[in-house]
Amino acid sequence: MQRYVAQRLLLLIPVMLVISAIVFSLMHLIPGDPAQVLLGFENTDPAQLEAVRRDLGLDRPVYVQYGRWLAKLLRGDLGTSVRTGRPIRILVAEALPFTLELATYALILAVVIAIPVGTLAGTTRSKLADGAMQTLTLFGLSLPAFWVGAMLILLFSVELRWFPVLSYPSLASSPLANLQGFFLPALTLAVPNAASIARMVRASMVAVRREEYVKVARAKGLREAVVVRRHMLKNALIPVVTLIGIVAGYLLGGSIVVEQVFAIPGVGRLGLQAIVQRDYPVLQAVVLMVTGLFVLVNLIVDVIYVMLDPRIRYA
Amino acid sequence: MPKAHGADAASSRLARAGGPAADLPSAPPRRGLVVYILRSRKALTGLVLLAVVIGLAALASVIAPYPSTEMHALDRFAPPGRSYLFGTDFYGRDLFSRVLFGFRTSLLVAGFSVVFAMALGTLIGVIAGYAGGTTDTAVMRAMDIVFAFPVLLLAITIVVILGPGILTTVLAIGIVYVPIFARIARGPTLVVREQAYVEAARALGQRAWRIIARHVLPNVSTPIFVQATINLATAILFESALSFLGLGTQPPYPSLGLMVSEGRNYIELTPWPTVFPGVAIVAAVLSFNLIGDALQEILDPRLRPTWTGA
Repeated sequence: MQRYVAQRLLLLIPVMLVISAIVFSLMHLIPGDPAQVLLGFENTDPAQLEAVRRDLGLDRPVYVQYGRWLAKLLRGDLGTSVRTGRPIRILVAEALPFTLELATYALILAVVIAIPVGTLAGTTRSKLADGAMQTLTLFGLSLPAFWVGAMLILLFSVELRWFPVLSYPSLASSPLANLQGFFLPALTLAVPNAASIARMVRASMVAVRREEYVKVARAKGLREAVVVRRHMLKNALIPVVTLIGIVAGYLLGGSIVVEQVFAIPGVGRLGLQAIVQRDYPVLQAVVLMVTGLFVLVNLIVDVIYVMLDPRIRYA
Repeated sequence: MPKAHGADAASSRLARAGGPAADLPSAPPRRGLVVYILRSRKALTGLVLLAVVIGLAALASVIAPYPSTEMHALDRFAPPGRSYLFGTDFYGRDLFSRVLFGFRTSLLVAGFSVVFAMALGTLIGVIAGYAGGTTDTAVMRAMDIVFAFPVLLLAITIVVILGPGILTTVLAIGIVYVPIFARIARGPTLVVREQAYVEAARALGQRAWRIIARHVLPNVSTPIFVQATINLATAILFESALSFLGLGTQPPYPSLGLMVSEGRNYIELTPWPTVFPGVAIVAAVLSFNLIGDALQEILDPRLRPTWTGA
C-alpha cells in the first residue's frame, strides 16, 4: 500500500513535467506578441518593444524561456499579470477558495442526491419506478449547466426571492450566509453529475444483486434494509469511487461555466477574464493549476480505491 | 472512458465489479439490432425526437416565419403569441426562427466534431492496438496526456489558440474526444489481433491495412457507433457551453448557447429569450441520449453508465 502510494507520487513528477511543457507550448502558440500587449497596441515604437521583450526574456530561445519559467514555478512564482501587474500567485490564491468550495459543495450535493436515487432504482422490483428514475437521470444528463443556473436564478432569486442573488460571503466569517449563497451554483454544477453518479450506482447495484454474499445475507434472515445497506451498497459503491474521480474533472471544468452564470470570482472566471484581456500569463497559470488539481484528485481517488478494495493489487 | 491516468486499470476495475468488460463486443446480428431498436420504447422516443429536431433544422429556411437576424424594433421582448410563437428578444428578433437556425448550428458542429473524433480516434486506436509494442505504449500515453486535462479547459485553450469560430469549435470538441474513441477502438483490436483468422490472413501474406479493414474494423464498429451517439449528445452541450462563454459560435450566427447568454441579461424583464433556447438544447441532447442509452442496453444488458462532457 505504502509502496503503491509512493510509486504514484513519484509518477506524478514526469506527468506534471509533461503537462507543464504542454501548457507552456500551448501558450506560445497563441497568436500575438505578449510584449505588444503589455505595451498597448497604440505604441509601435520598435525600440521600446525590443526593451520590453528583453525584460520578459522573449528574446531568448524557447527552451531557455521554458527552463526559466519552470524554475520560477518550482519556487512558487507564477509570474505577474501583464494587465494588473499583480503577482499571479496572489490572484490565484484569491480565486481558488471560491472554485474549491463550489466544486466540493457540488460534489457533496451530487453524491447526496445520487446514492439514494441510484440505490432505489437498483433495488426496486417495480419496473415503473426503475424506468421513471432512469428517464429522470437521462434528462439530468441532457441539461446544459448554464441554462439550469439561469433557470434557478429566475425561479428562486427573481420570482420567489428565496436566495440572495450573487452574494458570496466567506465561509469563515458567516458560514450560514455562505452556504446559502453557494447553494444554487453548487446545485447547478451538481445536477448532471448527480445524474451520472446515480446511473452508475444503479448499474452497480444491479450487478451486486446477483452476488452470492447477498443471497447468503438474505438466507440468514437479515432484514432487507440491512442487506441493502451493509452488503449491497458497500460493495456497489466501490466502482462509483472511480467515477467520482472523473466527475471531479467535470466539476473543475464545469465550474468555469457556473462561475460565469453566478458571477463567482473563482479560478474559472479569472481564466475567462484573462482570455478577454489577453493576459496570457494568468491564463497559463489557471490552466496549469486546474489541470494539476485534476491530476491530484485522480491520484487521491486511485489511492482510496485501492484502500477500499483489498482484492485489487497494482503491479 | 475519460480518466487522467491508469485508465486501463480503471476499466479493469469496472470489469471486475461487473461493469463494462474490455472484451469483444457481443453484438447481436444487424437485423436483430433493428428489431431490438423497434421494440425499445426509449430508442423509439429518441428517434422520433431526433427526427423532429433534424427536420426543423433542415427545413429551417422554409419553416421559419422570419429571417433569424431580422429585427422588429416595435416588437422588442414580445411575449409568445400568434405573430411570434416563442416571442422576441431584445432586438425584436423572432425567437422561434432563431431556435430553428440554432438547431442547425448545434447539429452541424456536433456532427462534424464527432465524425472528426471518430475517424481520427478509431484510426489511432486501431493502429496502436494492431502494431502493439512501443508504438502502442507511446500512442496510448499521448492519449492519456490529453485525458489529463479537464475537457472544457482543453477546448477553451484550443479556441484561444485558433481564435473563435465555427470551424475552431468543431476542431476543439473533436480533439478533446479523440482519446475516447482511440481507447474504445484499441480494446477489440487487441483481441482480434490474436485470433486465428488474422494469423491465417497474415500467413497468406495479406497487408496490414487490408487485415485491419476486413477483420479489425467490423469488430470495432459497434462500440464506436454507440460511443458516437453518446458523444453527439455531449458535443451539443459542449458547443452550447462554449458559445455561452463567448468562445464558440460568434454572432450574428444563431447559436442556442449564445441565445441563452444574451437572454440572461434581461431575465428579470422577460424569461422567454432564456427559456426557449435552453429547452431546445435539452430536446436535441435528450434525443441522442435516449438513442445512445437504448443502444447500450441492447448491446450490453448489464447497462453501462454514461456521463456528459460539459
